[in-house]
Amino acid sequence: MWAFIHKLGSPKWFYRISAKLQPWFWVAAAGLIVTGSLWGLAFAPADYQQGNSFRILYVHVPAAFLAQSIFVSMAIAGLVYMVWKIKVADMAAAVMAPLGAAMTFISLFSGAVWGVPTWGTWWMWDARLTSMLILLFLYLGVIALRGAFTSRDSASRAASVLAMVGVINIPIIKYSVDWWYTLHQPATFTITSRPAMPTEMWLPLLLMVLGFYSFFIALTLMRTRSEILRRESNKRWVRELVEEKQ
Amino acid sequence: MTPKRKQKLFIVLGLVSLAAIAIGLTLYALRANINLFFSPVQIAAGSAPMERQIRAGGMVKEGSVSRNKESLEVEFKVTDYVDDLEVYYSGILPDLFREGQGVVVVGELQSDGRLRADQVLARHDENYMPPEVAQALEEAGYSPADYQAKAAEVGKRLKAQGNAETSQY
Repeated sequence: MWAFIHKLGSPKWFYRISAKLQPWFWVAAAGLIVTGSLWGLAFAPADYQQGNSFRILYVHVPAAFLAQSIFVSMAIAGLVYMVWKIKVADMAAAVMAPLGAAMTFISLFSGAVWGVPTWGTWWMWDARLTSMLILLFLYLGVIALRGAFTSRDSASRAASVLAMVGVINIPIIKYSVDWWYTLHQPATFTITSRPAMPTEMWLPLLLMVLGFYSFFIALTLMRTRSEILRRESNKRWVRELVEEKQ
Repeated sequence: MTPKRKQKLFIVLGLVSLAAIAIGLTLYALRANINLFFSPVQIAAGSAPMERQIRAGGMVKEGSVSRNKESLEVEFKVTDYVDDLEVYYSGILPDLFREGQGVVVVGELQSDGRLRADQVLARHDENYMPPEVAQALEEAGYSPADYQAKAAEVGKRLKAQGNAETSQY
């Protein structure tokens, strides 16, 4: 196990292993998202109160999950990079940030669209919505910091520190609905307890969540691979690889 | 782990925990402002300002909604099952508004203790169910609203206990 993790730290090894893993995650992502969205949008029963508008949940919840998970992954990668100086971790953190920002935007936007028919407003400065907006700004901050330095090492370190400190926002987002009075309702879908919805509504949501995670892994592997080639372009193994291809 | 890496790990973890403590204390100090709304208990206790825009939240009390047939005016009571708050409003209510439903009302508290609402927002809970399930529940003697109200009642009671504990300093 440790040997495997050590090998992953080497760009060359990561490049090879990820080539084998990547197609599986793409297939899983495509299958799960197509099945989940068809099932959720067309076949799952409508809600007794909200009718069909509750189906936004099948995009909103997976996007919000991913927005938070990507930030945690980025912080862990930042820690690994800062303490162990593993460059692959930094490359992965760098390519995760735009996807995380996109997912945060999707969850905020779908939440706003959902809020109009159900709550009667598209935005409210409640703790959940505000902390999610802060998450979007943190992502934008991480992306901007990476672009703001001429030295890649300083950029990576600054972005890692921001990701690690910013991760404090994640428990605040998660528990905001329990700690304070908010307009947003508590979580529907948790790993620890029985979901507050029947199976025929919950299963498509599970598929969508798994599908979004597979998509995240597949996209991160793909983008990390191109980042490896870019940053290691003067290394011998990359040059050999390019010559082989030609 | 080499001593240098260990030192780095400690610096990083120290930095993160200090930041966490700072943010935690800030949020703790601001908790009254972070809460989106006052509950009727808090308003009855006088912790909400008069004649300034506030938000109040709770459940629409069963049987308290009275509509004016000629206009959009409506009166109802918002309850947290301990105290009630009388609300009057003129405007379009959200689709989810009904008796037993959670609402947040935005408006000003009048000197007669009633709240003049400028906006009424509906809350909904995390219990989604198909109409047939809701119907089955109803036939079994629970209305979905009961179901929600019961959950909310327990939640409010727990919160009220929590508030009582924290306000004893």
